[in-house]
Amino acid sequence: MFGWEFPPYNSGGLGVACEGMSKALSASGVNLTFALPYKVPIKARWCKFVFADEEVEFKNSKEVMDYVSGYTSHTSTNFNKELISKISGMKGNSLMERVFLYAKKAPSIASKTVHSIIHVHDWLTYPAGIEAKKFSKRPLVTHIHATEYDRSGEDINKDIFEIEKEGFRKADMIVAVSGRTRKSVIERYRIDPNKVKVVHNGVEFENNQNSVPLNIQDLKNKGNNIVLFAGRITFQKGPDYFVSMAEKILSFEPNTYFVISGSGDMEESMIRDVSRRGLSNRFIFCGFLRGDELSAVYRAADIYVMPSVSEPFGILPLEVMLSDTPVLISKESGVSEVVSCVLKSNFWDVDDMTDKVISVLRNKKLHSQLSITGKKEVRTIHWKKAADSLISLYNSLEESNKVVEFIPSLEFAIA
Amino acid sequence: MSSVCFYFQVHQPMRIKKYRVFDVGQNSDYFGDNSGTSLDNKFIVEKVANKCYLPANRVMLENIKRNPNFKVSYSISGIALEQFEKFYPEVVDSFRELVNTGNVEILSETYYHSLASIYSREEFEHQVKMHRRKVRDLFGVTPTVFRNTELIYNNEIARVVEEMGYKGILAEGADHILGWRSPTFIYKPTGTQNIKALLKHYKLSDDIAFRFSERSWAEWPLTAPKFADWVSAHNGNGQVINLFMDYETFGEHQWEDTGIFEFLRHLPETILANPDNDFVTVSEAVDRYDFMGEIDVPYHTSWADMERDLSAWASNDIQREALDTVYSMEKDIAYIDDPVLQEDWRKLQTSDHFYYMCTKFWADGDVHKYFSPYESPYEAFIAYMNVMHDMRLRLENVKKKQEHEVSLHKMNPLRFSEV
Repeated sequence: MFGWEFPPYNSGGLGVACEGMSKALSASGVNLTFALPYKVPIKARWCKFVFADEEVEFKNSKEVMDYVSGYTSHTSTNFNKELISKISGMKGNSLMERVFLYAKKAPSIASKTVHSIIHVHDWLTYPAGIEAKKFSKRPLVTHIHATEYDRSGEDINKDIFEIEKEGFRKADMIVAVSGRTRKSVIERYRIDPNKVKVVHNGVEFENNQNSVPLNIQDLKNKGNNIVLFAGRITFQKGPDYFVSMAEKILSFEPNTYFVISGSGDMEESMIRDVSRRGLSNRFIFCGFLRGDELSAVYRAADIYVMPSVSEPFGILPLEVMLSDTPVLISKESGVSEVVSCVLKSNFWDVDDMTDKVISVLRNKKLHSQLSITGKKEVRTIHWKKAADSLISLYNSLEESNKVVEFIPSLEFAIA
Repeated sequence: MSSVCFYFQVHQPMRIKKYRVFDVGQNSDYFGDNSGTSLDNKFIVEKVANKCYLPANRVMLENIKRNPNFKVSYSISGIALEQFEKFYPEVVDSFRELVNTGNVEILSETYYHSLASIYSREEFEHQVKMHRRKVRDLFGVTPTVFRNTELIYNNEIARVVEEMGYKGILAEGADHILGWRSPTFIYKPTGTQNIKALLKHYKLSDDIAFRFSERSWAEWPLTAPKFADWVSAHNGNGQVINLFMDYETFGEHQWEDTGIFEFLRHLPETILANPDNDFVTVSEAVDRYDFMGEIDVPYHTSWADMERDLSAWASNDIQREALDTVYSMEKDIAYIDDPVLQEDWRKLQTSDHFYYMCTKFWADGDVHKYFSPYESPYEAFIAYMNVMHDMRLRLENVKKKQEHEVSLHKMNPLRFSEV
């Protein structure tokens, strides 16, 4: 399995998904080797890790993040160019070069690892998958977590689009994280529908025991409501709709604070928008939070709103639901295909979102009903289910690829 | 001798439109959706009338003309009758034509198809009286048998209904009420004197209402002769076979292309072909047969869902919150002089509003989802509570106005002698 990032050295959902998926696959008996482009001190014990570049080891997550997250969408402007060029001095000059450096090492990884399936995640790893397949002739599964259209809207990077398309074409099977992503692969990349399957992501159950941060608890004690926005602050997450909604909510429920966790290329414009509307004293920008800090904010919120314009899956609402917090998600998100004990709106319907958020803030019973049934429901969305689907998919590819020596079913070795 | 007793429920709620927080205090039009979707009451009434009420009534009328011994009973909620009068008067005419044959009986129920029997005796009696008056005005008959919303029943309700002068009451023939006993006899409710309970034969009723078009069912396709055989099999060990179901079964739940109307058309003569069978209305069943035993039902039962209890309307926190809110207004609403506000309050008591908020099996996509015009139980609750918010504002305004008037009256009128 070729990945690009892995927690705790991750910039977003892709790493989280790879962690959950690899853990569940291993637990179901799959013999899995996970490849990364760079060396990091990973502690995950359920699978073996190999690194394309063994020479330099990153020790702190800041370094890794600058290396792996140089790309959010090609219109991004605010990543640290200086640091990137420093690192890339030894690792390749651009993100694109790093992607192909990774691909160049792929045959050597494939030669050293016994495997019957090659499974790759998003365009950053597709060239590596294609090279590995050229070498070992094993079936290639390309997993699509987000397409270039999800990241950049209509204004796409053509090179990345071509890499994605090539990955889909060379794949024996494509796995999309939602029905809407599958549709996009078929329609925008003109891929044979029979080759594209949906496997929804799962979520890891961890009871969120974190206590609410003191400053937020203080606001709550004074009778304030907390509405949460979390995730990258980029065009696809709909931060502008969130701000419009906040303004309307405040005209009904003035004792409300809006907590923003995350960073991204629209962070500055979001802050400007907030101050232009005169709402600065009602917004708390926390920056990029992770781990316990993030979980604590989940718990603090009265409701989490995800007004994503485009969200291939969206694992965050599931994590928030595990923290007993109600969620409002856009109907344009893939995760809305798998949850029903939540509120849903169209991302552009600011009035509908306002109505729903105010109802949750005003009605304790609605709040408790959503948090109780939501938590119960999210417990049924586990990675084991996703792993089972993937395994039967591997099996079907194995069937049609009988040239290789006999490997007992379920006993996969995956590079 | 086995008598077949058909009772059909006719009901359409006034569904609440997408009433948002922005509407509160701005407009009090709660039911006026005109989007042409499942929230548009006029649209729904027209659709169901064309698919079910009008064609089914035609079949019933033909059946009666061909078989003078064919009889049926209906209960039609007041809120449905009101909507027929407003949106589709031909539906009222067509029911009137049926009643005029003398073979069709109309039952009593609460005007607003409400849960008042559980929450307020006073309100319950008020709505039953309203419904009696409506039935008398439209059809010129006075019901003598009562059926409560969704067949909600217990000893206490039977006792109240007897006190109100009814000679019969309908209930679900649930296994936990009957045990080993058969629903094909008449029973005496515990704690009553003379009122008789008719119990739904849920197996045979559901064969038509739910399983008719179920292709995976071993008995599919269900034909009139097959069903008549099942009825005749009760001869010698049963008196009355109570087939109680939603009238919307014909054409709306079971579409015309399933053959449901053909089945209905052939059923009377096929059943009557056996000289030991006949048809009765509910009051005829009550008059003809005597008690076979007593049924003791201390807890509420109903015909809804597998549980046959109140859980379809009152099993989660949001349902109970909505119910508490609407019934907590009673003590104020009863004493104000604002008929429009009172009417809106009663329309908000219709059981369907709470049914839409049910979260039992919500995640699994159950029958509540099929019947709900809302995208989720939460949306139903949000619209309902926004309406309640507006209702409270109106109530406060009226109360203030009345207090103001009362204080005006309290001032001693000026007398000429004092001037």
